[in-house]
Amino acid sequence: MDSQMAISGFVALYIFMLAAFAGWVIIGRVPAILHTPLMSGANFVHGIVVVGGLYALINASSVQQQIIGFFAVLLGAGNAAGGYAVTGRMLAMFQTSAPDASPK
Amino acid sequence: MLPTLPLVLIGVADLSAAFLFMYGLKRMSSPVTAPSGILAAGIGMLVAVAASFLYIFSANDATQPFLATNVGLAIIALMIGGGVAWWSGKRVAMTAMPQMVALYNGMGGGAAGAIAAMELFGGRAQGLMPLIVTLAGALIGAVSMSGSVIAWAKLDGLLSNPWRFKGQQAVNVIAFAVTIAIGAYLTLASLGTLVPVLGITTLITIFFGCALVFGILMTMPIGGADMPVVISVFNAFTGLAVALEGFVLQKPALMVAGMVVGAAGLLLTLLMANAMNRSVSNILFTNFGPSVTQKQG
Repeated sequence: MDSQMAISGFVALYIFMLAAFAGWVIIGRVPAILHTPLMSGANFVHGIVVVGGLYALINASSVQQQIIGFFAVLLGAGNAAGGYAVTGRMLAMFQTSAPDASPK
Repeated sequence: MLPTLPLVLIGVADLSAAFLFMYGLKRMSSPVTAPSGILAAGIGMLVAVAASFLYIFSANDATQPFLATNVGLAIIALMIGGGVAWWSGKRVAMTAMPQMVALYNGMGGGAAGAIAAMELFGGRAQGLMPLIVTLAGALIGAVSMSGSVIAWAKLDGLLSNPWRFKGQQAVNVIAFAVTIAIGAYLTLASLGTLVPVLGITTLITIFFGCALVFGILMTMPIGGADMPVVISVFNAFTGLAVALEGFVLQKPALMVAGMVVGAAGLLLTLLMANAMNRSVSNILFTNFGPSVTQKQG
């Protein structure tokens, strides 16, 4: 917990606000065929939760925390790896010059 | 002196991961550059995961006796969770992909819920603000997890019919209200302003149980054709839960990535519902009652 900076109060709200705005703008005006791959891609991105799980598990100091942390990392890793595999396969269909394949 | 360098390296790794995620998502929003976008995001994920192991050098004294086991567990969990999900994601049929997205999304929600559970059970969330944020993340993560699993089961054909009964709206409202009430009671009890009737641990368990039940109740009445939109909603929920837990853990990479997904997921939900000529509230609450509003934390 004692990293160089502590994020609290309004600083956290500023980060949330800017990140939310960035997410909204990044996705804006996306063609309909990319809806499902993008949902899958966003699903992969929140797999970053595995890093939070790793942090919590490495700092675990009781057997109970080890068990819960193990599942946090297990589920987070599943989210990240599975999300990447599925998104990669969906987007591979756009590799050809004609993007006419259905995204589902 | 020694723990400073690892923390700087972790900070740099997390920062580049957050950048690569946004850059990757931007590239993914155009068909021409899309395949390279997921690659950029994947590199960011690998960097962030590899850097997390540097936390070994900053572990405190209470953790030291457990450290070797913790690292072993972390590697095993990464290999099992990542391996199984990778393998299933690679071999699943193209037509079955939406339900796999739901399943992986549920895993992410579960992971966010588990992190919240560690903070709550370990008593590490102290003070009003951290408690409320942890509980909100726990609620959203748990709802997203059980709801996504139901969405997966519906799309996979395990649950075929929408499950509706008389007075369902009332039951859902009550389930949600009970969850919030237990969360509020838990907050007051943890702060010491109330003498808890039950133990704190029991209360936390009941809180998670109620949140999971609410996720199931909320998703059960929705028909299978609307599921992609529902999955997108839960996707945004998980992003929000990850962002909240990122705040609790003081990890800016999680806050940024989670919030970007939360906002992007919300916009995608609106776009998808638009493409179906439906409104989101129509899809979510037609069988559910317009009186219920989504809790956004």
